[in-house]
Amino acid sequence: MSPRESNANVKTVALVSSGRHPVSGRAGRAREDARAVEMGLALVGAELSLVHAGDPEDASLQACLREYLGMYHGLGDDGDGVLSLLSMNAEDDAVPLLAAWLEQTDAGLVLTGQRAECGEGSGMVAYLLAERLGWAVATSVAAIERCDRDSVTVLQALPQGQRRRLEVRLPCLIAVDGVAPPPRQSAFGPARRGRIDIVTDLVPASDALVDVGRRDWRWQPARTRPKRLKVVKSSNARDRFRAAAAKSSASGGQVLTDLTPEQAAEKLIDYLREEKILGKETAPSVSEKSSATDQ
Amino acid sequence: MSVRRIDPHVERIRRNRLHPRHHELARPAWRWISREGVVRIDPHALGAIGTNGIKRIDRSGAAVEAQPLTLASSSASDERGPSRLSVVIDEPSGLVMVVPELPEGRLSDHDRDLFGLARQLAAGHDMAVTAVTFDSTVNALEDAGADRWIDLSMSVEGDTYDPEARLAALERVETNLSPAHWIFADAFPGGGDLGRRLAARLARHDADSARPATRVWQVAAGQSLSRAGDRQDIQRDVPRIVLALAECAEPVSETHHQARPVTIETAATSATSATSATSATSATAVAAGIVDRGRVAVDPQEIPLAQAPFILSAGRGVRDWEGYHHAARVLGASEGASRVAVDDGNMARARQVGATGTFVSASCYIAVGISGAVQHLQGIAKCQRIIAINNDPSCDMVKRADLAIIADGDAVLGAVCERLGQPGAGVSAASEPAAQWQAEESRHVAA
Repeated sequence: MSPRESNANVKTVALVSSGRHPVSGRAGRAREDARAVEMGLALVGAELSLVHAGDPEDASLQACLREYLGMYHGLGDDGDGVLSLLSMNAEDDAVPLLAAWLEQTDAGLVLTGQRAECGEGSGMVAYLLAERLGWAVATSVAAIERCDRDSVTVLQALPQGQRRRLEVRLPCLIAVDGVAPPPRQSAFGPARRGRIDIVTDLVPASDALVDVGRRDWRWQPARTRPKRLKVVKSSNARDRFRAAAAKSSASGGQVLTDLTPEQAAEKLIDYLREEKILGKETAPSVSEKSSATDQ
Repeated sequence: MSVRRIDPHVERIRRNRLHPRHHELARPAWRWISREGVVRIDPHALGAIGTNGIKRIDRSGAAVEAQPLTLASSSASDERGPSRLSVVIDEPSGLVMVVPELPEGRLSDHDRDLFGLARQLAAGHDMAVTAVTFDSTVNALEDAGADRWIDLSMSVEGDTYDPEARLAALERVETNLSPAHWIFADAFPGGGDLGRRLAARLARHDADSARPATRVWQVAAGQSLSRAGDRQDIQRDVPRIVLALAECAEPVSETHHQARPVTIETAATSATSATSATSATSATAVAAGIVDRGRVAVDPQEIPLAQAPFILSAGRGVRDWEGYHHAARVLGASEGASRVAVDDGNMARARQVGATGTFVSASCYIAVGISGAVQHLQGIAKCQRIIAINNDPSCDMVKRADLAIIADGDAVLGAVCERLGQPGAGVSAASEPAAQWQAEESRHVAA
C-alpha cells in the first residue's frame, strides 16, 4: 500500500527554505527541504502546501522558492502549488510567525529538512516549533510508511544504513534526512503557474520579532578544519622514532596457517561471534573452548 | 681495597632475557615514572659495567629493565601504557555535562573528543566534568576525562528510542544541578536530537541563554566557532548548550579522573511518588508522542557501500562466484569487490572498494582472495576489524588484517555456509545470482 492511499485527509505542510549548491554556491532548492517536499507530494499530492518565512521584497529568494513550486507535476491531479510567504525582515525570528501560521491553518503534519543551508543552519526550527505548539517532533526520517487520522508511521535513518520504525502522534513535525528518496526535478511550467501568497499581519506588531540573540555574533567565511595529526605520546625517543618509522599497515594481527577449510570456517565464525557481528542463531560450535584458549 | 670482580655467569644471565633467573639478577631500573607522573632517573643505576670494567650506557633500549617491585605491584594501570596524572576534584565550582553517544555501549572517538572539549571548558574554573549516560555498563570514563558520572539508565527503558523520557531525565538533572554547560554530539538521531530538544525546552524559560551553538568545531579563548549554512562560521561566546562535531578538541590522554557516581535524589522520588503533579502529567502526556516500533530489517545489498557495517569483499582469488554470493547472503554481509574482480566482469562497478571505488567504513571487513593493493588498502583504512582469507601468507592484506586465515577462499566460504546450516553448493539455480546481479547493475546505472 502506498502512503498516498492510506492517508486520511491530514492537512500536510512543508516548510521550505532557500538553499545553496554545495560546490558552486548557486542558489536553489535546499537538498533536505526538497526531499521533504517530495515526501509530502508522494503523501497527499497537490494538496501539499508550502510555507516560508522571509523577506517578500527579495527577488532571488522568490526565484528559489519557485523551484519548489516547480515540483508540482506528475501527480495525477493538475493542481498548482501554493506557497505562503510569511512576510518578515531577514534578521527576524521566524518561529513565532510559523507557529502562528501553522495554528491558523490547522496543519496536522509538517515536513521539513533537518537543517537550513543558509543563515545559521542550526536545525532548531522544528524543535522550537514543536515546543511552542506542544507537538511531537521526529528527526532524521527516511520515509513515511503510513499516515492515518491520529498517527504517522515513519522510518528513521540510523548510522550505517540501518532503519528504525517509529509511530508518531499527530499533529507532528518531521525532519527529513538526506538519505530520503531523491526529489523530482523542478519544472519550469509548474513553477510559473504556482502561486506565492504573501501573508502579513500574522502576529501583532507589538511582539518583538527581531532576533536579539545573534547581535553579538561574528560571521566569517568558513575555514577549512585542520586535519588532526597523529601524535605519538611517549617520553621515550626510541618509541617515538619507531612510531614515526613504522609502516602504518603492519598492525600485527593473528595469522592462522595450515587449517582445513572446516577448521578455518570454525575460527572465522567464532571470531565473528566474539565481535558480535554474527548473532547466535545456530548452536555454538564444539571447539569454542579451544579457540578461546588459543587467543 | 678490594678488587671489583665480575661474575661472568651472572653477567651472562643478565644479558639473557630468557634465562629463568634473569629477573632475580637484573638490575633495578635506572628510570621510572613515579606515582605523580614525574620521570625519575637514578644516575647510579644508569648503564652497565662491561666486561672490560668500563661503564657503558645502552641507549638503544635493547636491554630489559626490571621494574622495581613496589611500582610493579602498586597498580594495574601502570602496566598498560604510560601512567596518567591523577586528578581529583572534591569541591567543584560548577559542572560541565557531557552526554556521550555510546554506540554499542562503548565510548567512540567522537565521545572522547567531547570529553576533551569539556575539559577545555572546565580548565581554570575548577569545574567538574560530568558524564551523563543512559547506560549503566560504560567503562573507561575515568580515562576519557569524567570527574563525575550520572547514570540515568533507570529512567529509560534499555535501548529503545524514547527521546521524551530522556529529555525528562535531563531536565531533572538541569533543575537539580544547573550545570554551566551541556555538551552533546551533533549527530542525528542521537545527541543532535536530544541536545536540540533540551535547548528548545530550556528556551521556554530563557530563550537567550538556552540558545545552542550547533556544529561547533573549535573552542578557543572562550569563543566557539560553529559552522553555519552557506559556507560561513559563527564566532560567539561559548553558550550553555554546545552541540559539537567530531574532532572538536583533543581527547584526554594525560590525566586520569575519578568518574565518581552521582545520584540525583529527587529522580527516584519524583518518579515513584510523583511529588510534582505537573511533571507527572507532562510525563504521561508526552509518553505517547513517539513510540519505537523496533528496528527494521534492511537488505544488506541496499545499504550504500560507504555506510555498510559488514562487508564481504571478493578479489581475484575467488572462482566460485555463486558460492560467494550465497555466502554473503548467509552471513548477511554487503558485497564488495577489488578492482580486478570488477574489471573481470564478476561484480558491478558500484561495488568496487578502494581509491577508485568507494571508501568504506565497515566495522567488519572480510577480504576473500584479495592480496591488498595500496589503492584497496586506502579504501579500507577506516574499517575497524579486517579479516583476510588468502592463499598467500606474505601478501599485504594479511599483514594489515586483524585475523588472517591462510586457506582457499572458496573452500572456506563453502564451509562457513555449511557450518551455519545453509550449504550452498548447487542449491541455488545458476540463473538467480546472475539475474540479481544484472538487476543491481541496472539500478546503479539508473541512479
